Amino acid sequence: MRKHGKQIKIYDNKSKMVPSLEEAIRKSGLKSGMTISFHHHFREGDYTTNLVLKHIAALGIKDLTIIPSSLGKVHEPLIELIQTGVVKEIHTSGMRGKLAEFISEGHMEKPIIIRSHGGRARAIEAGEVKIDVAFLAVPRCDKMGNASGNGSNTTCGSLGYAMVDAEYADTVILMTDDLCEYPNMPASIKQQQVDFVVKLDEIGDPEGIASGATRYTKNPKELKIAEYASRVITALPEYKEGFSFQTGSGGASLAVTRYLREAMIKDDIKAGFALGGITEPMVDLLEEGYVKHLFDVQSFDLIAAASISKNANHHEISASEYANPSNLGCIASGLDFVILSALEIDKAFNVNVMTGSDGVIMGASGGHCDTAQAAKNTIIVAPLYRGRLATVIEQVTSIITPGNTVDVLVTERGIAINPQRKDLVEHLSKTNLPIVSIEALVEQAEQIVGKAAPISFEEQVVAIIEYRDGSVVDRIYKRG
Amino acid sequence: MSRLRRTMLYVPGSNPGMLADAVIYGADSIMFDLEDAISLREKDTARMLVYRALQTVDFGTTELVCRINGLDTPFGEKDIEAVVAGGIHVVRLPKTETADDIHQVEALIAKAEAKYGRVVGSTRMMAAIESALGIMNAYEIAHASERLIGIALGAEDYVTNLKTKRSPGGIELLYARSQLLNAARSAGIAALDTVYSDMDNMEGFADEVSLIKQLGFDGKSVINPRQIPVVHRLFKPTDQEIAHAKDVVKAIEEAEAKGLGVISLKGKMIDKPIVERALRIIDLSKASE
Repeated sequence: MRKHGKQIKIYDNKSKMVPSLEEAIRKSGLKSGMTISFHHHFREGDYTTNLVLKHIAALGIKDLTIIPSSLGKVHEPLIELIQTGVVKEIHTSGMRGKLAEFISEGHMEKPIIIRSHGGRARAIEAGEVKIDVAFLAVPRCDKMGNASGNGSNTTCGSLGYAMVDAEYADTVILMTDDLCEYPNMPASIKQQQVDFVVKLDEIGDPEGIASGATRYTKNPKELKIAEYASRVITALPEYKEGFSFQTGSGGASLAVTRYLREAMIKDDIKAGFALGGITEPMVDLLEEGYVKHLFDVQSFDLIAAASISKNANHHEISASEYANPSNLGCIASGLDFVILSALEIDKAFNVNVMTGSDGVIMGASGGHCDTAQAAKNTIIVAPLYRGRLATVIEQVTSIITPGNTVDVLVTERGIAINPQRKDLVEHLSKTNLPIVSIEALVEQAEQIVGKAAPISFEEQVVAIIEYRDGSVVDRIYKRG
Repeated sequence: MSRLRRTMLYVPGSNPGMLADAVIYGADSIMFDLEDAISLREKDTARMLVYRALQTVDFGTTELVCRINGLDTPFGEKDIEAVVAGGIHVVRLPKTETADDIHQVEALIAKAEAKYGRVVGSTRMMAAIESALGIMNAYEIAHASERLIGIALGAEDYVTNLKTKRSPGGIELLYARSQLLNAARSAGIAALDTVYSDMDNMEGFADEVSLIKQLGFDGKSVINPRQIPVVHRLFKPTDQEIAHAKDVVKAIEEAEAKGLGVISLKGKMIDKPIVERALRIIDLSKASE
């Protein structure tokens, strides 16, 4: 099997600058039935996906497959585009809000495809999906298409997801609100990859980058969980000079970094690298010397976004380098620890981060299954229950990450170790951490909040969940 | 091991999520609040929620306290009835000023115990002292009932009563703290310090905990779970103290085995206060494990 290359083109010495988005769409040769892509580095602050699709719809182009790296609440206008036939298929890491509800109600002809970040990069490189035109918003860019994530109007930091699209899409259109003098170096996306450049008034709201998934928690329950998780890490043999770690999104997961920092200072241990969505506490660790390198596929807040161009050891990486299982350089494979969240986790340690307890799509696959499989130790942090709903249950509504790649579950009322990991059982039973069986946690949750009535589904599949290697790990059905 | 009261966590009785989760933070005591943290509109629901929590939530071995509304309000009597019926361990009376305040509450508790089939006398009491009059009567209050397990200082109302306000060093509370502590000790009950309300100033909080520990207090009321580890850390004996305490206990055991009346350790006589201190250090060290 070989990597699927992009079309070879010869530069005709004409300007790549195009006066309008509409003109760029025309020049790209986009036709009905083609596949287009976007990135989600602006998270809830993304202006361009909706704008591009509005122009495409106005040109009468229909039946498109769109493969954004992810979708958020801000992409609600897609509902109308699906109803009018402009968008026919969606491949994404996840979605939220009204669009997610609309999809869960079974309004699309074809099920959407959910891919992890690593899985998306793999599928593109392997040619399983072919991007005809990539529409990539970039905070700074020159007239030839050298682009970077820190601009004078907007800043999103890493362009890690967009880098894959720029490398493999047949046609690449960059949109920027900061057209700078040539050459814009160092560039995350390079001129050799780019067909057209469009200057727009604004491409995104930088405040939207730090959206809900990356909040800084003061919630004592989440802090308790984070503290336990940090103590799990420091009790394991991989916690030593030069270790590596990643924390996923979610309050408790992000807070682990704060507790780990205290432990590292006390034990005088420095990490070799931290990976992932990078946040301000990670940047603090880098600047204080407690983490030697940061690998950043996505900047979760503006401090992290600004750090890339400021700190030499804060490295921007592509989604393929991050977590593609078919990449010789997959950095996630070098992780000692990954701390991840869960909407639900079951007795077999399977994790759901995609559907709510009502069966409706409300999350994203992200790098969850990628890093869970790749890291030596996968630690899930989750409250035993949220409101009246148990998090630790008999069986998850949908599987994103299979239980055989999950090692430890940390809740505020006990820590369960996957019995497969006898070594962890041995190490952690020497501590005074509250180790219990996952069955005991399920029982405890049930005692406190009761057992939820089962959800009824219809036969129609609304989403197919791919594992990082492209196999189907689960399906989401229409709500009954 | 005797019961430690290093931390008493305030939990508003009106918040079901907090009631259910209060036990996870490791406080020595949990105090469900029906008084100042609860708005007038929620007095009934909070009382019902605390009753339900007492009946249904597993709080393990944590001591459960309820701060009721005063008997001068329409809620106090109903609060006593509900929490005694629910099986509360300790009823805490706010704004206590005289021994008679204690007697009145005690009578209502006894009535409720009889009505709901609880052993009469099994419900314990605590009194919060929050005024100059209360501080002047601290001795009588501390000795007012066999049910009392401790008295606590409520500083916010007290400083207002004194016509001053709280300061970082707490000089304005020195008399009240000393008086309350001596009253508690004269009755052989616990002395608990007031809350520290700036949740983001952990340094100021730690300074205050160090101060009250040195004065001799058993512990502190806390309003946020984040304050709990700070108190427990500061109350944790040093390795040296623990080693010495273990030596003392060992020396007593050896002396008892040999039938010796006078006990000595490394040439120094061990008397009752040394033994008491050693046992408390061992309790504190076990709790800090």
